[in-house]
Amino acid sequence: MSKLFVSSSPHLRSNCSTRKIMLDVIIALLPSCAAAVVFFGWRALMLLGVCVLTCVFSEYICRIVMKREQTIGDLSAVVTGVLLALNLPANLNPLMAVFGSVAAIVVVKQMFGGIGMNFVNPALAARIILTVSFPTAMTNWIPTAYQSVDAVSSATPLASESGAYSYLQLFLGNHGGSMGETCALAILLGGIYLVLRKVIVPTIPVVYIGTAALMALILGLDPLEQILSGGIMLGAVFMATDYTTSPVTKWGKVVYALGCGVLTMLIRTFANLPEGVSFSILIMNILTPLIESATAPSAFGEKKGRRAK
Amino acid sequence: MSKKELRFPKRPFRTSGGAKVPHRKNTSDKQSVIMPSPEEVIIPMSQHIGAPCKVQVSVGEQVYVGTVVGDSDAFVCAPIHSSVSGVVKSITKITMPSGAQVDAVVIESDGKDTTDPAIKPPVVENLQDFLKAVRASGLVGLGGAGFPAHVKLNVPADKEIDTLIINCAECEPYITADNREVIENSWAVISGVYTVSELLGIERVIIGIENNKPEAIKILTEIADNPKYDPEDKVRVLPLKASYPQGAEKVLIKACTGREVPTGKLPADAGCIVMNVTSVAFLSDYLKTGMPLTKKRLTVDGSAIKEPQNVIVPIGTPISKVMEFCGGYKEEVKKLLMGGPMMGISLSDDSLPVLKQNNAILAFSEKEARLYEPTDCIRCGRCVSACPMRLMPTRLCSDVKLLDFDAMQKHQIMTCMECGSCAFSCPAHRHIVQTIRLGKSKLKAELMKQKGDK
Repeated sequence: MSKLFVSSSPHLRSNCSTRKIMLDVIIALLPSCAAAVVFFGWRALMLLGVCVLTCVFSEYICRIVMKREQTIGDLSAVVTGVLLALNLPANLNPLMAVFGSVAAIVVVKQMFGGIGMNFVNPALAARIILTVSFPTAMTNWIPTAYQSVDAVSSATPLASESGAYSYLQLFLGNHGGSMGETCALAILLGGIYLVLRKVIVPTIPVVYIGTAALMALILGLDPLEQILSGGIMLGAVFMATDYTTSPVTKWGKVVYALGCGVLTMLIRTFANLPEGVSFSILIMNILTPLIESATAPSAFGEKKGRRAK
Repeated sequence: MSKKELRFPKRPFRTSGGAKVPHRKNTSDKQSVIMPSPEEVIIPMSQHIGAPCKVQVSVGEQVYVGTVVGDSDAFVCAPIHSSVSGVVKSITKITMPSGAQVDAVVIESDGKDTTDPAIKPPVVENLQDFLKAVRASGLVGLGGAGFPAHVKLNVPADKEIDTLIINCAECEPYITADNREVIENSWAVISGVYTVSELLGIERVIIGIENNKPEAIKILTEIADNPKYDPEDKVRVLPLKASYPQGAEKVLIKACTGREVPTGKLPADAGCIVMNVTSVAFLSDYLKTGMPLTKKRLTVDGSAIKEPQNVIVPIGTPISKVMEFCGGYKEEVKKLLMGGPMMGISLSDDSLPVLKQNNAILAFSEKEARLYEPTDCIRCGRCVSACPMRLMPTRLCSDVKLLDFDAMQKHQIMTCMECGSCAFSCPAHRHIVQTIRLGKSKLKAELMKQKGDK
């Protein structure tokens, strides 16, 4: 008899893998990418390409310099690249996009140990780094290909007067803004795909958007307009659900998303910023370890067992 | 105690976690085949949890089917019997799958399978007689754990048991031995259920069975729901969702009664006794004939097996002989499992004998034998939602890595039953169970050391 493999149980594994999960996220992001290209043209496509290539290349170099196993095969760098691109205005100087991508992968992700170890979402952190470094370029929104330039300013709905855009316009994304944020329909399609493929559970997006709508109502704003404008949809579906930086516990996810929703609306209303999604998710990312230990489930049998007497 | 009337649940109670493992019950419709005695059987002296037996025979002695070859004075121990008639050839030491060295009696069969003349049905008038008979039968938990049955049935006086749960969940992939037992031996199952519940004074019996065994459910329900056979309506069949690990003792109790066994306690603390369906059927046969546990039904399956089937083999038959009987291997075997693919032990060769608590031998070719290389944890939380014990494997693994014994205890590492749901679901293919198992044994050693220091 030939030599046998001896290993610890279980001897059966599901065929799920990190790469398959990341591939599903990329597929879910495709509608948003398509919408970006439709509304903003070739510049959108170029920025997507620049971000993805830079992210993958920086990860590749990083792993070599750090003398670690190569991980570009898990496609997580591609996801970061696409997400970052979707968070940029379409007419951004590509060199700035390169800077953002390098910051995301090298500083935020790899310096903390690579996939699963970063304490904030790399794409989100990079967006904030870019916003702080190049405030004008990062908020210079161009109109979409289907907006008549003279009628509507290119300002985002959040910066304009309330009611400047119809709900349908907001839902379809025919307005100024970051490339991937404008089209709610595309994001929704991607989100449904992720839930159906069991990549994410709907808790975080639903609670996040629900809380934001409720907060808008309390603050006397139009809830539908608030959730359809700015980055809430993209943030709730793709950014806040990042595995590494969101809690793994069931109730932790609820607390986390609740915090994101409340903070977003508070920043939008009271802070000197038009948009609060990036900062609110970032703050909740940092609170994740705390939330997680506070919401850890009690182990089986830990509470007094109920006895039917 | 004010007695509330016990009711039968209409549907199972909710349990947490679990993994969607494939069923692969290829052998569930195949009649079991009886394997003739091999030329030689190897009977190890440790086939249960507890003290190993001492050899009771000497080389050259004539033994028969059912002759005691090993026994001990220890309470947590079950006697071991010869499964063939013949002559004791030698007494050697063998290495068990766990790595322990134990004595083993090698018996050369004379091919006649003569029953020991001393065997006669036991006289059972009360509970004490019954427990003595259970011990003499050599019965251990046949679901896989191998806990001596008389110890389990000997309930301390201060514990009140109101429910007997018959474990017929059989949630491991491939294995169909319990399913075949129910189909081929259904009357023994029911009569065993009655005997045990009457002698222990239990008024409610729930047969928990996964809903992927429609034939077995039909047979058992027909008997249990017929007022002619079950006049007081104390036995009911409860079909459970086919979800791994439905057959784990604590999970099964939760699903059948809604009760949770408290941490570090036994099922009796939740008012339950759980018995495997094959154990119950065996007890009923034993009380009729007096023939101790010498044969076992095994599921032989896996990608490297030519003819997957259930075989009834004498205990102590070398695995290689069982494989030969099943038509040999189809491809080169790269992994050999004793038990199911989720919790079974992988063997280093096929010369080991079949043990009492075995219910399956699985052989896999290279494709299934190789496990993936682990990659970094992406904190997806699949292990957390898969854990039926509501533990957080992510946290436990880092506790073990840091050898933080306080954190391990605080995070209830001992509650882990190593079912493998976490590792099964892990997209990074991390060795979660292996890490936790290591942590558990290190923690045990540390606690022993602390005790010794005091």
